[in-house]
Amino acid sequence: MDTQNIKQISDVVVRFSGDSGDGMQLVGTLFSDAAAVEGNGISTFPDFPSEIRAPQGTVAGVSGFQVHLGAAKMTTPGDGCDTLVAMNPAALKANYKALKPDSTIILDADTLTEKEFRKAGFSTDDPIAELGLTEYNIISPAITSLTREALSDLGLDIKSATKCKNMFALGLCFYLYNKPLEHTFDYIERKFAKKNPAIAQANVRALKAGYNFGANTHAFANTYNIKAAVLEPGTYRMINGNQATAWGFIAASQKSGHPLFCGSYPITPATVILEELAKRRDLGVVTVQAEDEIAGICTSIGAAFAGSFAVTTTSGPGLSLKSEAMGLAVMTELPLVVVDVQRGGPSTGLPTKTEQSDLLQALFGRNGEAPMVVIAASTPSDCFHYAFWAGKIALERMTPVILLTDGFIANGSEPWHIPQMSDYPVIKPPVVKNIEGDYFCYDRDPEAYARTWAIPGTPDLEHRIGGLEKDRRKGSVSHDPHNHHTMTELRAEKVARVADMIPRQGVVGAPEGDLLVVGWGGTRGHLQGAVDRMRAEGKRVSHCHFNWIDPLPRGVEEIFSKFRQIVVCELNMGQFAGYLRMNFPQFDYKQYNKVQGLPFTVDELVSHFNTLI
Amino acid sequence: MAHNCIYSAADFKSDQQVKWCPGCGDHAVLSSMTAALAKISSEDCVPREKFTVVSGIGCSSRFPYYVKSYGFHGIHGRAAAIATGVKVANPDLNVWVATGDGDSLAIGGNHFIHAVRRNVDLTMMLFNNEIYGLTKGQYSPTTKLGKITKTSPFGTIEKPFKPGELAIGAGGTFFARSIDAEVALTTELLVSAARHRGMAVVEALVNCVIFNDKTHNNFAGDKAIRAENTILLKHGEPMIFGANRDKGLVFDGEQLRVVKIGESRGDGSQSIVTEQDILIHDAHTTNPMVHFLLAGMSWPDYPVALGIIRQVEAPSYDSEVHRQVAEQMAGTKIADIDDLLNSGATWTVAKS
Ligand code: SF4
Repeated sequence: MDTQNIKQISDVVVRFSGDSGDGMQLVGTLFSDAAAVEGNGISTFPDFPSEIRAPQGTVAGVSGFQVHLGAAKMTTPGDGCDTLVAMNPAALKANYKALKPDSTIILDADTLTEKEFRKAGFSTDDPIAELGLTEYNIISPAITSLTREALSDLGLDIKSATKCKNMFALGLCFYLYNKPLEHTFDYIERKFAKKNPAIAQANVRALKAGYNFGANTHAFANTYNIKAAVLEPGTYRMINGNQATAWGFIAASQKSGHPLFCGSYPITPATVILEELAKRRDLGVVTVQAEDEIAGICTSIGAAFAGSFAVTTTSGPGLSLKSEAMGLAVMTELPLVVVDVQRGGPSTGLPTKTEQSDLLQALFGRNGEAPMVVIAASTPSDCFHYAFWAGKIALERMTPVILLTDGFIANGSEPWHIPQMSDYPVIKPPVVKNIEGDYFCYDRDPEAYARTWAIPGTPDLEHRIGGLEKDRRKGSVSHDPHNHHTMTELRAEKVARVADMIPRQGVVGAPEGDLLVVGWGGTRGHLQGAVDRMRAEGKRVSHCHFNWIDPLPRGVEEIFSKFRQIVVCELNMGQFAGYLRMNFPQFDYKQYNKVQGLPFTVDELVSHFNTLI
Repeated sequence: MAHNCIYSAADFKSDQQVKWCPGCGDHAVLSSMTAALAKISSEDCVPREKFTVVSGIGCSSRFPYYVKSYGFHGIHGRAAAIATGVKVANPDLNVWVATGDGDSLAIGGNHFIHAVRRNVDLTMMLFNNEIYGLTKGQYSPTTKLGKITKTSPFGTIEKPFKPGELAIGAGGTFFARSIDAEVALTTELLVSAARHRGMAVVEALVNCVIFNDKTHNNFAGDKAIRAENTILLKHGEPMIFGANRDKGLVFDGEQLRVVKIGESRGDGSQSIVTEQDILIHDAHTTNPMVHFLLAGMSWPDYPVALGIIRQVEAPSYDSEVHRQVAEQMAGTKIADIDDLLNSGATWTVAKS
């Protein structure tokens, strides 16, 4: 190590940005992983365009990955960044607004050319001045040519050599934040060593070159060290929301003894769940990549009828397509979990951006009276927990369940204290194997109202179900007016009684105060960050966050009644606020809404909340 | 549990009152199907609880309610998708699909072609009455061009689908055709279809007495008409038809032609047609060309083909899925969810 000053800091936000093809998501992930293994708290925010390779060098084609690492658990990926890696002028232009004062910009000098300036839409040849960034700490090594030079004796073609420039940038950041390179070496070894040893060697070389460049040129006035967070003892890993969702389902399948079936259709940003499940034939997971969204859910309904724990995964537009079939699952009272990884809408909207605007669709977007249980996960890692519980509820209560996540938590990752499955409850679906006398498939459990599940292949329990209204007992088709009314009530009551198996609503902070910040789903980290900051300033603010949406948990009114004001914050135009007004009309709800395809920032929340108290 | 697999057709009749119109062709197919189920269960020892019938929406999609087995009455067009899920989730089941021309060729066309393409081991009864019955008489994708219906008051202007062409075009491994009145033939075809490992489509030409009465009568009106205007294909046998068995099909390298045995070929040559000239039906060839042409034959230019037009072996989708599952389970280090959660890069935080 050299003699430069190492400053201790509590946390830092780094953003990697470049062309979609520059490998920014990869280096962002590797940087996060290395810091996580070194014990830092981590929260990440990948942010990319919907085009796979938008025109090179343009602002539209910029892909970014932001990571917040710190000496404690990080609840958000941070509002602005302390270090911005910009692989070209377009990346600088796309991200400069996120710079905090005093931040460092690492910019590839090789891209400071007239051609690149024009592509990025600069009108002058001085992007720094044009964007008003002259006060910032700008480091601009010739990343592209230094990378090529470092690899010059490896005999790679120029394209392959140039591709390694992301590793050079990563190495430089490792130097800046005093992180070891070994974790990345391990990754490169796993990924390339067998398949393509030359590429593996090139990546290692570029990574080292970046690191050494920092050390040898004294590129930075200081380097930084962020201590490990104090975490509960145990085994940890990094996990993103989609992976956690997939694994939560596998866990529920294992705990129930019913094989997991996922019929699904690729859609951003939900596809990774299907991909993760497709890998797991070794755990008996069956995936069908269906011909469309409707076939995705319909194959799953068929599988549920046939005795599987069936799930289907989608995003908003796909949820619309699945609506009719969700009604079929409601009517046939089969266990099914539908995951909606919400994205910007309506229509195709903003496929790679986050939003919470499918809430009312999830609650009400079906023909007829068609209640489903609705659950929302709120962090990348708690997707595991809520996917598990979505499965438990679906299987034990014989009902379809919607699990809402969103692009932010689905793509974001964080360190996760790996649970042990022995700590999770068993799942006991109401399967019948034999029965005295005639079998009536709509006979219900007197408490939970779940009907029994006779799986095809079971002798003597042959029965027929379908989308037509059913006789309340036998399950045969019934057009009787009173039966229909009764069945409608029974289906609603069955969903309502799920409240018996979920925890009471909680509140973070004091149980009473001036302002209650209410949110649901993937905004948890930002809302908590804002409330924590205000509480540290002595403000009487608390946070009440919902994961259980329908049915709502018990204890909500008690919490709400103890605050002078309630503000409901969501990434939509006020859907949950409306739902709360419908359920608890006695309270007055203020709203804070944002639909920019972006998560909240803690800064904007705090400044808004300060206007309320 | 020991099974008594000796069932009669009556054992497969449910207690539900059959609600199709009197004279509807679906009644006959129901008889054929219950007879087919009895035969399969008895001969192949498939207990009744292994049968599952899935349907979509339409008159014929009421089928599951009338069969004493497991049954699932789905939503419009989705029978093939639902049945795919049933079969892949539980390959032990003997899964049937009851569907119609509107259900599987219009709203469910996508699921139909993909179930066929994947070769899911399903037995599909495709009831083709060339009309929407349940919604009371609108044209369907198989309605004859020019037909006046409630939604085509000036005649349809859409060229109809031929289900067989669609199935064979989608890479189907089994396609057969019957007529409602030919109960024994339908039964026989359903038995063969059910025994086929892969997707078997049996098109049943059925009469809708209410909204499209006699639509198939030109070639199917009675026994005598059928003898002259349909051809019953049997693998390995010459394609001869007619009450006097004096007509046949020849293939001229491009298309099929109808010829009369003992008369001139009609191709400009002087040669007289003999029985040896008649094409032999090869249902098992993987080359779909002749099958496609046979499935496409329509009255009055050709006899309408009945029987098994195509029957070729290929791995079924469901068996391939479970082959992969078995292979992966045998070769993995990950035995359960705990192993999975702890796989890849992990780190340990020690007690401080
Ligand atoms: S309307 Fe036609 S298809 Fe429907 S039941 Fe009556 S005759 Fe049969």
